Amino acid sequence: MAGTCIEGVRMPKWGMSMTHGKVVQWLVSEGELVSSETDVVEIETEKITGAVAAPAAGVLRRHVAPPGDEIPVGGLLAVIADAETSDEAIDVFAEQAADQGPEEQGESQTAAPETIELGGRSIRYLKRGEGLPAVVLIHGFGGNLNNWLFNHELLATGRTVYALDLPGHGQSSKDVSDGSLAMLVQCVLDWLDAVGLTEVHLVGHSLGGAIAVDTAYRAADRVKSCTLLASAGLGVEIDNEFIETLVQASRRKQLKPQLEKLFNDPEQVTRQLVEELLKFKRMDGVQSALHAIAEQFVVDGRQVINIRDQLQQLAMPTLVLWGQEDQIIPATHAQSLPDSVTVKVLPGCGHMVHMEAFSDVNRAMEQLWK
Amino acid sequence: MSREITFRQAINEALDLEMARDPNVILIGEDIAGGQGADGAMDAWGGVRGVTKGLYGKYGDRVIDTPISESAFVGAAIGAATAGDRPVVELMFNDFLGVCFDQIYNQAAKFRYMFGGKAQTPLVIRTIIGSGMRAAAQHSQSLYSIFTHIPGLKCVVPSTPYDAKGLLIESIRDNDPVIFCEHKGLYDMQGDVPEDSYSIPLGEAEVVRDGEDATIVTLAEMVHVANQASDQLAKEGVECEVIDLRTTSPLDEETVLESVESTGRLVVIDEANPRCSMATDISAMVAQKGFTSLRAPIQMVTAPHTPVPFSGVLEDLYKPNVDRVATAVRQVMEYQLWQAPASKG
Repeated sequence: MAGTCIEGVRMPKWGMSMTHGKVVQWLVSEGELVSSETDVVEIETEKITGAVAAPAAGVLRRHVAPPGDEIPVGGLLAVIADAETSDEAIDVFAEQAADQGPEEQGESQTAAPETIELGGRSIRYLKRGEGLPAVVLIHGFGGNLNNWLFNHELLATGRTVYALDLPGHGQSSKDVSDGSLAMLVQCVLDWLDAVGLTEVHLVGHSLGGAIAVDTAYRAADRVKSCTLLASAGLGVEIDNEFIETLVQASRRKQLKPQLEKLFNDPEQVTRQLVEELLKFKRMDGVQSALHAIAEQFVVDGRQVINIRDQLQQLAMPTLVLWGQEDQIIPATHAQSLPDSVTVKVLPGCGHMVHMEAFSDVNRAMEQLWK
Repeated sequence: MSREITFRQAINEALDLEMARDPNVILIGEDIAGGQGADGAMDAWGGVRGVTKGLYGKYGDRVIDTPISESAFVGAAIGAATAGDRPVVELMFNDFLGVCFDQIYNQAAKFRYMFGGKAQTPLVIRTIIGSGMRAAAQHSQSLYSIFTHIPGLKCVVPSTPYDAKGLLIESIRDNDPVIFCEHKGLYDMQGDVPEDSYSIPLGEAEVVRDGEDATIVTLAEMVHVANQASDQLAKEGVECEVIDLRTTSPLDEETVLESVESTGRLVVIDEANPRCSMATDISAMVAQKGFTSLRAPIQMVTAPHTPVPFSGVLEDLYKPNVDRVATAVRQVMEYQLWQAPASKG
């Protein structure tokens, strides 16, 4: 009887490279009541700090891992149960859970990105989970499929979630021809055909938001919903210094202050994050690809792509999320959108709203997909 | 995709990618043909360290095997470079550059200058440096400071598989003669290297470790010694910033000066002999341009002014090690600046 209402809070896996996380602090004390959406513990990885939500409602009975401890992915952090469950039952649960941790970790590491050939270009994508309709995550300018490390895995429960590398990005081909929005959208449409997706929820961040809207506009019958995160194409303002540096810079010290603008908390820009971007920028063809794409959507420091008209005409549910402190594209672009669009501006977040407020963002999207 | 490969494989991959990309890239050197897929005993070859293994089977005549005749094939490569090829020479040990130095420092290094910019010499000479392998005095030197001294030559000294691949690709694409120094102690080192082609600009040092107490400037195998020493020092509460120069010519002065500006303390580690070396060069540069940042005298950790000994015991003493580096860092940390006596009255 007692065992059935005990739940473990486990170390999440935020992105493929995460093997461990550090317990920063407990947000809920032992003995406190939690609902299934309460953030209970703050976890730090080499990439980011984030909060882990309770998997179920109940009483937080035990902190298994003290602050400062490094816990493997899948490892037990805390135990949630009802108040009646005996301490002995909690002990047994914690001991058993400790043995199960590593196995789960091994399983989740097996998923690897796939590559598909589309019109002479290879496009890399990563598929997680099973269940239709599928979700497709489209990153922004200079990003890649790993930008969704706090969303991809967590959203892939009971549904298939794809993230792809746009042409010129990640490990997809670096040939972007004219670098236009039309080319990027065509590539997403071709990819949907090739993978055989007839019903999808689209999610786009920044430039990916503009791509998502235009894709939904052109393939309205296939797109069930559209989520735009800090989207491009809804106004003219953009931090041009950021775009120019992202295209041209070759050194860490040039990139770091610009990357810090992506987050409300500049501490999120770790050495590894800068390093990965530098390694990407050194690949043959990347600089010219970024240059070609940037020229198509920013001219004289202003955005020249406008997706407001297309957005107006979309019939499917549409969600716009923005970080209040966005320094790249101002959150004011979320204003005066069509009434059919649900808009949420999240305080305390910058441009990478899907990282800095991943719990809220994931929750809002899951609500939309219901 | 990125995966773990060795320093040796990273160099092979850089050569392979550039030969596939540009038909003007050719290889010249002793024993460099052969390798996997070749007939009979040739299968085992691919250069003295097996770096070019497999390329002959793929590129045939573009991999030119030569007799022991450094002055002849280096001269031939320089001539080919001026005529439009992009030769990559393998010159076994840097100790042997002496026999063909006229072609290198008087010819290749001077063409662009003496022909008023109308001639270029896109040549790479790959060569092995470094001690620690019991290879004795004529096969163990680190002569990069000699190449650095010559205007018109570029000099690259990588420390990791990732850097080796990106810097070699950049060196092959560069239109000036580049001496590419491969430390023999690094060939089996494993590291994360992307499969695709990428290039790292020459003249950009890498800050491989952040720290605010002392700056360690170094290169090649000594980067790893510096990191180990820094791990040890971190346990004592001393955080070192480690700078890997990566190229000695062009030299990234800015990264070194910026780091010393924040730490105020400099230790230079150089496996080479101490006179007229990278250690003295960096020290002089910082003394001149970063003097006001310094809170302690600069320390140099180098080999002594002797040939590399053949005796294993002596060779181990010859080479800078973790303990010597840690001691030097402790010295700059403990140094007390002269303090003005309290003013009278």
